[in-house]
Amino acid sequence: MLKVKDLNVHYGKIHAIKGVSFEVNEGEIVTLIGANGAGKTTILQTISGLLKPTEGVITFNGENVNKMPAHQIPVMGIAHVPEGRRIFADMTVYENLIMGAYIRNDKEQIDEDMEKIFLNFPRLKERIKQIAGTLSGGEQQMLAMGRALMTRPKLILLDEPSMGLAPLLVDEIFNMIQTVNDAGTTVLLVEQNANKALHIANRAYVLETGLIKLSGSARDLLVNPEVQQAYLGG
Amino acid sequence: MNLFLQQVINGLNVGSIYALIAIGYTMVYGIIKLINFAHGEIMMFGAYFAFIAATSFQMPVWAVLLLSMTIMAIIGVAIEFVAYRPLRNAPRLSALITAIGVSLFLQNLALIIFKPEPKVMPKIFPEMIIKIGSIEISSTTLITIGLSLVFMVLLDLYIRKTKQGRAMRAVSEDKDAAILMGVNVNRTISLTFALGSALGALGGVLYSVAYIQVYPTMGVMPGLKAFIAAVLGGIGIVPGAMLGGFIIGMVETLTKAYLSTTWADAIVFGILIIVLLFKPTGILGKNTREKV
Repeated sequence: MLKVKDLNVHYGKIHAIKGVSFEVNEGEIVTLIGANGAGKTTILQTISGLLKPTEGVITFNGENVNKMPAHQIPVMGIAHVPEGRRIFADMTVYENLIMGAYIRNDKEQIDEDMEKIFLNFPRLKERIKQIAGTLSGGEQQMLAMGRALMTRPKLILLDEPSMGLAPLLVDEIFNMIQTVNDAGTTVLLVEQNANKALHIANRAYVLETGLIKLSGSARDLLVNPEVQQAYLGG
Repeated sequence: MNLFLQQVINGLNVGSIYALIAIGYTMVYGIIKLINFAHGEIMMFGAYFAFIAATSFQMPVWAVLLLSMTIMAIIGVAIEFVAYRPLRNAPRLSALITAIGVSLFLQNLALIIFKPEPKVMPKIFPEMIIKIGSIEISSTTLITIGLSLVFMVLLDLYIRKTKQGRAMRAVSEDKDAAILMGVNVNRTISLTFALGSALGALGGVLYSVAYIQVYPTMGVMPGLKAFIAAVLGGIGIVPGAMLGGFIIGMVETLTKAYLSTTWADAIVFGILIIVLLFKPTGILGKNTREKV
């Protein structure tokens, strides 16, 4: 579904991603794990077009997406829940969700999808008229995910969805990711919480300073001594 | 008391014009964080196009307004495209200096095309005196206030209720997040310039009708005052610009009536200093929170 080949990304003179290749197959949950600064966020931003690669190719269902203007990438079926949630804080919960449906014109199905999101995130429904900036961190994360789902994505990129949340909420968010995947959306998950991420994912890639160090099934990596030592506090 | 009411109406008249112009400053600032100092010249050119339409072509008033606003919307978009877009990622000061450059360029262009002598703006609105009790109001004043209010309400509804309006707010709040929703940022910025410039042109036409004159530097003072109005209301906030416009118009008019004509401008500019000292975010502005 998503194929990333020999990806190189520079910030000015800094070589942030040094030839990374990986792929995500339809229906999977794939996770990229790694320490701060390993380049996880950079990779997601490059897939969604916010950053342009200096080299390499990103294809989505066979189409080259890294040559496209960034605002057309959601139309292809890629949604991105950015790090730090980046909800529209001055807008209401409803307006945020409707912004997610910006690329769509099917009014009835938009309403249907919004109802589905309220089923999964009942707390958003209670707060539908509230200004999004006044929501708690967990609620904002749910809103960010809901907003991305409103684009009707085939692939959803999640950047540190558990960041800054209380453990109970982290569990809730991970359950939500599982629900989204069960409903047929492919997931590419970036996490510092490697333990949680490996438990939910099918496959994983370990990223270290812009390079892929290890890859394999999530189950194998969970018991890999190197991974345990570096990322699982074992 | 009657004199006072009369002055309040004058204040609303001037204030509604400042409000229209201030909206253009605040919308552009909201979306690309640039003080578009060429906005006063947009207003001036809008007045000239209305003058030409009304005198050389004898157009009806609706056509005069429509023509002036449409042409200036296009010119506004062109200015952004030519002068500001290439500097989108440059330091903000570069864009600001460019805006001053565009302003001077347009002023001198007007000097060459239209010559420095002021032209007499014809009375494009039906002229009547309306008496309410012992107060006399000219129909032009009422039309000016009415037209301004109608356009401000329409703009407010557009920004709050429509898809494109939401996209404008999204881009001004977080460009990257807006892109992730599929919003075409360049097109949204163009739209913002079009709307702001059209309202600026309307402000220019109304201003030239109120002061019966059109001349190449006519945009400078009202442009500056509208800029102060935008800062006073909270730059980047559209209702703030409207509120600020009315306050500035009122302060200016009442100062002229009761204190001194010569001091009126100084007092208006004094407001800018006071706002910047005590509440730089303006009346409706929130204290900027640190984003975590």
